[in-house]
Amino acid sequence: MMVSDKIKKIKVGTASCGIAAGADEVLELLRQYVGDITIEEVGCVGHCYAEPLVDVETVDGTVISFQHVPSTVAGVENVLGLGDRGRFTIPAGRRNKELHKVIGLAGKICPTSFEQYVENGGYDGLKKALSMIPQAVIDEVRKSGLRGRGGGGFPTGTKWGFMAAKQAEQKVLICNADEGDPGAFMDRSLMESVPHQLLEGMLIGAYATGATKLFIYCRAEYPLAIKHLSIAIDQIYEKRLNVIAGLELEIVIKEGAGAFVCGEETALIHSLEGKRGTPRFRPPFPTDSGWQDYPTMINNVETLANIPLIVREGGEMFASVGTEGSKGTKLFALAGDLRCPGLVEVPMGITLAEIVFDIGGANPAEVKAVQTGGPSGGCIPVDKFDTPVDYDSLKSLGAIMGSGGMIVIGKQRCMVETARYFLDFTHRESCGKCTFCRVGTKRMFETLERITAGEGVPEDLDFLEEMGNKVRSGSLCGLGQTAPNPVLVTLRYFRSEYESHVREKQCGALVCNALTDVLLDQEKCIKCKLCIKNCPVNAVSEDFVIDNTLCVRCDTCIEICPKKTIYRVKKGEGYYRGQN
Amino acid sequence: MEQTEYDYLKKIAPEPGNLIKGLQAIQAREGYVSDDDIRAAATYFSLAEVEVEGVLSFYAQFKRNPPGKYRICVCDGTACHIKGSALILDWVSTELGIKAGETDAKKLFSLETVACLGCCSLAPVMSINGKVFGNLDRKATVKILKEHRKK
Repeated sequence: MMVSDKIKKIKVGTASCGIAAGADEVLELLRQYVGDITIEEVGCVGHCYAEPLVDVETVDGTVISFQHVPSTVAGVENVLGLGDRGRFTIPAGRRNKELHKVIGLAGKICPTSFEQYVENGGYDGLKKALSMIPQAVIDEVRKSGLRGRGGGGFPTGTKWGFMAAKQAEQKVLICNADEGDPGAFMDRSLMESVPHQLLEGMLIGAYATGATKLFIYCRAEYPLAIKHLSIAIDQIYEKRLNVIAGLELEIVIKEGAGAFVCGEETALIHSLEGKRGTPRFRPPFPTDSGWQDYPTMINNVETLANIPLIVREGGEMFASVGTEGSKGTKLFALAGDLRCPGLVEVPMGITLAEIVFDIGGANPAEVKAVQTGGPSGGCIPVDKFDTPVDYDSLKSLGAIMGSGGMIVIGKQRCMVETARYFLDFTHRESCGKCTFCRVGTKRMFETLERITAGEGVPEDLDFLEEMGNKVRSGSLCGLGQTAPNPVLVTLRYFRSEYESHVREKQCGALVCNALTDVLLDQEKCIKCKLCIKNCPVNAVSEDFVIDNTLCVRCDTCIEICPKKTIYRVKKGEGYYRGQN
Repeated sequence: MEQTEYDYLKKIAPEPGNLIKGLQAIQAREGYVSDDDIRAAATYFSLAEVEVEGVLSFYAQFKRNPPGKYRICVCDGTACHIKGSALILDWVSTELGIKAGETDAKKLFSLETVACLGCCSLAPVMSINGKVFGNLDRKATVKILKEHRKK
């Protein structure tokens, strides 16, 4: 195989998304052919749509990137010969609008290399912090205007101040890495790609507030993140970086066990104590009485990963980016109906349109809404996309910033079904402690089930609104307080879709199974019989007619038809045996 | 507690705070948590069986039935859902003849849905024994299942 002599080093992105796209196989093949050239595994640069990504560093210092590298000999040969195929450049929209600060090192350094992190300014922040008095560190964080990135948006410096003021024999710092929002993967990327940056933030936080017991509460669904963090913690112990102001800090990773409510701080503490993860009434706030009654401070992964930068570059530098009330940059996990899904970091105050269209490459003509904040957030319609992204603007639309999941919803999706989906999630994840959340979300879910099944009545919409407001005010924690959001927001912006479901019994997007039929276009059909052979319920007759009385709307025939002659149509337009 | 069978628990300090960790260790070995395991964990962590059961049933991660050789998790996170994960589940279910939460008679496949695998940019995805398969359509899904059946 021709291997170019210009190659100095090769980097392969092997975070979870890269591996899922086949990066492991590519890495394996590269290793067979490279000879003495160094191959490094790096984290995620955020361009998930282009995975597997391989960066080639040449002797003259340029970097050539290859996207969608196939795990074939020919694919690897193209990379090693610096071929023209599959060259990757960052799309202009992304390059101009993004601002990489907190993920500045992600995908550039080997996640488990302590040395590489240090070479790139790592632990300089900690060193600088240790040369200051703790109060000065807190002042710097306060000056930065950093607000909690987990969704709540509480000013981090203020929280640190509360914690530092507490006198106790032991104080606890917990990193909330229980990224439970379906559709969010910012924290996973950070932990997988730059675990040391998170740990440096935690050590600085511990120094500033006097915490000596440090927990990372991470989802068990993120095995690679846990692995990288464990390696990084071992390195910290080895270098004795965990000895701060003469005190030896203990850093422990605890794996969550799959409960969305455990993202809520008091529930998280219960889970850490080995109990059922139910939230409790506040006050007392965790900074007064948390893990085993010790003062406990909980910060999110992204919040803590910002700390080393703030200390290193100064709070004012951080505050120079963003808007009046929301400073700095924010990570978003972009997914859904768009061309370039992935992880993006943008300055606060950028508009939704810039994120979805310019960075995400979505087609404005095909987008209906964007869902922010996961099951606690709301769907913002496309005509509100000029809204700047910051904590307060999103709130005024009825949505929330949340942790940063952003799902683009195309015109072909049904908003009622989307709301049903979120309520399905939240009613199952409700811990059951508060009646309104336990029973209310279930009733709302059942109502939405009926509406999407074509059995809704106009009064259902009033019921959803009334119950939604009751669940919101009658619940103890964030889960219940925000669970009705997806319904209330879609009712506000997409009421006509609900109306057509309950009045005309039609689903305009042709998504709800009970409100659609399936039709085979006889004129275009080439009679290949694939649909007949593959239909699980024998609904396609020998003369190529789909009987909608039998059809279960599984879409198998639609997917399998080579000529795309089968599609969904409005209810009543399909064939029903014995009726038309 | 039988001395030999649960020796591996001894690596974990027997404080009630470590109960979840202990149950995770049990499940990592056996793939699920049996009634005997609950009794053993209760003894080891000095808790009542009902307390162990209470914690166990709270968290989605814990399984009470033995899984198949291949554990299929169809992702139903938001991104996957709008990209048609319900259909993926249907297709897998039809192909294997089992519903979500079930294991087939040969104990080869078990099927479940999960809230999010964090690979949203590749939606829709599913994982088999932890390995993620992305950008699924019907053809790819069926092919992956057939390949695993052959193995």
